[in-house]
Amino acid sequence: MKPILTAALIALSAPLAAQEATTNFGSGPTVLTLRSTTDIAIIAPVLEAFTEDNADLSVHYEQWGSNALYEASKEACLTDNSPADAVFSSAVHQMLDLVNMACAARYVSDLTTALPPSRRWRDELWGLTEEPAVMAYNTDLVDVSEVPHSRFELLDLMRQNPTKYRGHIATYDIEASGLGYLYAFNDSLEATTFGALLEGFARADAVATCCSAEIIDDVASGRFLIAYNVLGSYVQNATATNVGVILPEDYILFLSRAYMIPANATHASEAARLLDFILSPKGQRIVKQMGLVFPDDQSETGLLPSARRFIPLRPPLLVALDRHATERFIAQWRDAFAAPPIP
Amino acid sequence: MGSLALPRAKSLLARVMTGVLTILFLGGVLVTLTAWSNGRQAARQAYDRILIGAANDIAESIRIIDGQPVTDLPVSAFELLAQAPDDRITYAVRGPDLTLLTGHETAPLREGRADAEQLYDGTMNGEDARFVDVTRRFSERDFSGVVRVTVGQTRRARDQMAFDLTLDALIPVGVAGAALVLVAFFIVRSALRPLEAIAGGFSQRDPYDLTPLDDQNVPAEVGVILHAMNRFMQRLDRQIDAMRNLISDTAHQLRTPVAAIRAQAESVTEEDDPERAQVAIARLLKRTRSLGVLLDQMLSRALVIHRTDSVPRAMVDLRDVALDIVDSRDHELLAPNVEVELVIGSDPVLVSADEFSLSEAVKNLLSNALRYGTPPVRIGVKQDGDRAILWVEDAGKGPDDAVLARLGSRFERTASSREDSAGIGLSIVTAVAQAFDGKVEMQKTEHGFSVALVLPHVVEDQA
Repeated sequence: MKPILTAALIALSAPLAAQEATTNFGSGPTVLTLRSTTDIAIIAPVLEAFTEDNADLSVHYEQWGSNALYEASKEACLTDNSPADAVFSSAVHQMLDLVNMACAARYVSDLTTALPPSRRWRDELWGLTEEPAVMAYNTDLVDVSEVPHSRFELLDLMRQNPTKYRGHIATYDIEASGLGYLYAFNDSLEATTFGALLEGFARADAVATCCSAEIIDDVASGRFLIAYNVLGSYVQNATATNVGVILPEDYILFLSRAYMIPANATHASEAARLLDFILSPKGQRIVKQMGLVFPDDQSETGLLPSARRFIPLRPPLLVALDRHATERFIAQWRDAFAAPPIP
Repeated sequence: MGSLALPRAKSLLARVMTGVLTILFLGGVLVTLTAWSNGRQAARQAYDRILIGAANDIAESIRIIDGQPVTDLPVSAFELLAQAPDDRITYAVRGPDLTLLTGHETAPLREGRADAEQLYDGTMNGEDARFVDVTRRFSERDFSGVVRVTVGQTRRARDQMAFDLTLDALIPVGVAGAALVLVAFFIVRSALRPLEAIAGGFSQRDPYDLTPLDDQNVPAEVGVILHAMNRFMQRLDRQIDAMRNLISDTAHQLRTPVAAIRAQAESVTEEDDPERAQVAIARLLKRTRSLGVLLDQMLSRALVIHRTDSVPRAMVDLRDVALDIVDSRDHELLAPNVEVELVIGSDPVLVSADEFSLSEAVKNLLSNALRYGTPPVRIGVKQDGDRAILWVEDAGKGPDDAVLARLGSRFERTASSREDSAGIGLSIVTAVAQAFDGKVEMQKTEHGFSVALVLPHVVEDQA
């Protein structure tokens, strides 16, 4: 009796408790519920433009942590309990898993089919952005000569300057952040540097924390000197002027935030309209302005095309969610990181 | 005759084309089913291999760590499965007691013991899917037992591949089918062209033109029809000829005796002397009687010529013909005092002919011999090698050589304006002989003069 009660309580309370912030856009009578991991400040221009163009709609926006959003979406899919009309998350492996569980509705339009195959799966999941994982550093405290341009240089820096950087290097807490986990997991697949990097983090007493915006704030305040694997778009949108961005030269992970319409969404066609709006030239222009689509102009970024590693919306992402893989990976991670210091 | 009646039944072209289309349709259905089943099988095999490969990859990655099987899930296995890019995937690794070690609880486990890899169908979230079950045995110090790996995948890519393969197979078949229909149409039309030519030829023909059509430079099947038609037209031609001859001969031959009868009748009416009138009447009667005989013979000849063309041949024993004639004793009317001797053997002498025609011919031979020959008259049948001979012989010397030659040259056309009937009688015999592939032979013998009807002898077994 007791476990069932507890489960019921969690089911009722979890969605309410887990969302970080909510806001409403537009004043149309039909309310579209969008759950996302994206910071409101970044997504706001897109939704404002959307509700402006679609006067009959208003958007109820809920900002979630990626793990909580995944659990809530799974719950909503299995129990039909207060599903969102659209889910938009940066933890694309979790989104892929939701689609794999047949939790998503199919939708096809000219705009969705124009997406490259790596940004579309089953016509049920679409990658709407292109955001690099970057390193951020405090330009006041890190000397230009010390700025690492690749993971190898970061390793060398931590080795050569142990005292300066000890406790002042931050990255996502992969247990708290689905996106952090995804980045780290892809790092582990991408290169053998990852083992050495973990070792380096361990030696430098690196801090695993949450989340993008907070990490960047702490870099700006000088609490962290270098942050590894943060979302480029967040750095770009940060107000602080003393935060520098490094695009690692060895390779850059590119993430495409995934959009999905739950199979049991009440306003599926409206959610599809939002999808088409974001993919439309106007929507893409706004998304680009907000830094959610990284310019692919090589002369502007000085980036080698071969250095780009897109995380494709394909079934191999399911490996990241495997129980054994997760357990082993987190164990490895915990070995390396100490608990974040209490502020 | 000029206008062609509209064909009520379907044309040959339509019939043949219906047949061809039916065959092609049935063939098409068969090929479609085969292609579909082949495509399905090929797709199934291709993707089953991927499924097995992925499951084996996963099974290979299992290690025993601290007494527990732990999977180091290989990305390569999922890359393999992603060959079907749009298909959902489920997998499960289960321990010896079937508890889930990692993966999806929903992945269905195959019933019963699974010793080797096993493939089976099922559903995944309501979508048709294919599963494989692979087992791996461990006999480590701290773990012993079977770990089962289940991998499943929806069938979207399979179905697409099967569909594509079927389509790939069917497009050339469809094109070939269309080409076949076209070729068949032209072939059938060109094959039927001779028939159209015949029809055209006939419709443009003069109704009295019964000359044969060319049956050599046509296809064999049409040749058969043409040959039969030509024979039919020949028969028609002969009968028309015979009719024409009968009419003209009759007109010719009747003119003289009828004129003579009229003259004699006139002289009777003008004769005052009763005694001479009596003689004239007797003469008139004789004339009239002989005219009757002439008419009989002419009709008989017409009948014989008609029969030889229209009545099918049968096996006839020439002895029966001779015997019937002697038995009927018709000759006694003609020459009451003459005895006819029959000379026949004990073996049948068979020919293929029409018995009525033969007996008419023989009757004429016999009456000629009785009328113009010298008794005794003998009639006989004999076989000489492959020749069956029916002969009539009298003791006279026969006609003069000049008459004989003239008779010979004019057998086919009766001697016109001759009052006697010997010419007509012989022409009947000649006609019969020719109709049954034989001939008439006349010769002087030790007994006198003999006229023989010679026909090819038929062995009974051949009949």
